[in-house]
Amino acid sequence: MTRWGMVIDLDLCTGCAACEVACKSENNIPTVSPEQAELGRTISWMKVVAAERGDFPATSVEFYPRPCMQCENPPCVKVCPVGATYLDEDGIVGQIYARCIGCRYCANACPYTVKYFNWYAPQWPDTERPHLNPDVSVRPKGVIEKCTFCHHRRQKARETAAAEGRQMMERDYQPACAEICPTGAIVFGDLENPRHRVSRLKDDSRAHRVMEDLGTEPKVYYLRRSN
Amino acid sequence: MRAGVAEKLATMSPDEQALLRPLVATSRSYYVVLVILGAITAWGLHAYYLQMRYGLGRTGLNRPEYWGIYIIDFVFFIGISHAGTLISAILRVSQAEWRRAITRSAELITVLVLGFGAIQPIVDLGRPDRLLNVLFHPHLRSPLLWDVMSIGLYFTACTIYLYVPLLPDLALIRDSEIKAPRLYRILAAGYRDTPAQRARLERVIGWLAIAVIPIAVSVHTIIGWIFAMTLRPMWHSTIFGPYFVVGAIYSGIAAILVAMVIIRRAFGLQQYFRDIHFDYLGRLLLLFSLLWLYFTFAEHLTAFYGAEPDEMRTFWSKLTGAFAWPFWLMVTFCFVIPFLLMIWRGARTPLGTLLASVPVIIGMWLERFTIVVPTSVNPRWELAGVGQYLPSWIEVSIMVATFSGFIMLYMIATKFIPIVSIWEMKEGREHSVQDVAERVTGYLPEAVGFSPAEPG
Repeated sequence: MTRWGMVIDLDLCTGCAACEVACKSENNIPTVSPEQAELGRTISWMKVVAAERGDFPATSVEFYPRPCMQCENPPCVKVCPVGATYLDEDGIVGQIYARCIGCRYCANACPYTVKYFNWYAPQWPDTERPHLNPDVSVRPKGVIEKCTFCHHRRQKARETAAAEGRQMMERDYQPACAEICPTGAIVFGDLENPRHRVSRLKDDSRAHRVMEDLGTEPKVYYLRRSN
Repeated sequence: MRAGVAEKLATMSPDEQALLRPLVATSRSYYVVLVILGAITAWGLHAYYLQMRYGLGRTGLNRPEYWGIYIIDFVFFIGISHAGTLISAILRVSQAEWRRAITRSAELITVLVLGFGAIQPIVDLGRPDRLLNVLFHPHLRSPLLWDVMSIGLYFTACTIYLYVPLLPDLALIRDSEIKAPRLYRILAAGYRDTPAQRARLERVIGWLAIAVIPIAVSVHTIIGWIFAMTLRPMWHSTIFGPYFVVGAIYSGIAAILVAMVIIRRAFGLQQYFRDIHFDYLGRLLLLFSLLWLYFTFAEHLTAFYGAEPDEMRTFWSKLTGAFAWPFWLMVTFCFVIPFLLMIWRGARTPLGTLLASVPVIIGMWLERFTIVVPTSVNPRWELAGVGQYLPSWIEVSIMVATFSGFIMLYMIATKFIPIVSIWEMKEGREHSVQDVAERVTGYLPEAVGFSPAEPG
């Protein structure tokens, strides 16, 4: 069984936010005005969150790149009244934009606050429009969206592998954030496939998942030295 | 009032005259109020149009404050709706004779306010055009879908429960020909008030009263569960089902009292809504103020004692932080004021219950505010620079318009149906006095071997 997952090495992350930018560009995420951003209406499927650790004066800042945790037991999927968010056959939590009624129950149910709502119809400057990614549908106003591990890339990778008559390899399918990360902090692959790096990294002694105690079984792992 | 109608009215019994007069005689101030309420409602519709056209961005909602005034109002209005039908059904089932004058006005509140409550989550939808997806793609694991089903059932049951006991009165209006004969011929549905029909009617009302109680309890329980089923701090609580039901009945009793004071005054029905009614309902209000305190205390103590860090953030934001004002105002309005007033017999009057009920209604709105908002702005994974909520004028307008729309429909309804059940008053006079005397006699031991008439 394929279980796509991600391992993010916080000891390698420099907080450069290249993953954020790559994600926005890959997934046709609209930018909002500074006033709207101030209100908390920015959409960032991948967001580098800064967290302060330690007590003064021995403090340090740690960066947490935060995509959707792609829970194996997703609280958001349970509560959707119309099945517009679902766990697919590879364990990716998807969204059906055309079915979502915009009740935002899933956004409230998500303990990681990684579901985003389209408060207005998305807008792009005319100069940006030609660069929209044709593989990713543009969302209308009033629906929820979130990180999908760039699952449109998986489709392409599957077709390529099938055409070449071989198994899918790790390099065939990489989401934009993992592809762009300059320090290689974001590693992506099949958690169940021993030939993929993530299957070993997730068992690293530095590995943990966020709010593991909630039983949501996230498929995003973080690596961090205990200090 | 036309002369012919006045003549017809003059031939009827005093109960009928007093209770049918509002249907045929309307004061000028009634129209003035109606026009003002209509204007406010139209303003709210305009606000909703703007929201539909431009998107929910026109509200003050954001991430993580996904739910705001609309959901608060949803819980609030559905709560008010528990007044009528539930109270009326409980009083009927327990054969409380003092119910006769108050059931109709209470049941009418339920049906109308339920409609206004049920549209709130639709107003809150990002895609109201896809509303029917809940029927086309139902996902039964979602508490929202349980809610759609329970509210749908409740609305149906309450409407029937309002309509069936109306039949004898509708037939009376039809036969008296004082108003819109064609309309009442349809509404009365051929009811002739024969003894057989009356017996069947009372049997149906009896069944409905029993059926409606568990349905009403399920409705607010499920609304509580919408919150409780998530893993959010201070929402994920097993007590939410009963806590919401108690709060709903509490706000409902307060709403009945306010409506009774206004109706009594506006239609001169002092003889029907008597001091004893305000005394009894005041006692109920007192009981529920204590129940409310008990649940609120239990809920907060459990969170505090367990002291889970995520829960504590929300907890302290309510008790001493950003939401301390609404929280302590809620405690004052839901407990301190009504409790101090209602323990005092002298305050269980129309004026006293009004002074207690208005704070309860405001306090119960604040309760839903302090449930929805503090948890929303304190997600488990703290976000930097967000966590605020300032409702926009659109949200406030829609809320005010909901209130005015409800009051407007209620006013219009009082022009078409008697606000006190005429046949139940008549039945009370003709049968109940004797029935109750017999019932009380039945409670007592039979006087065997004891005959005061023959002193020995």
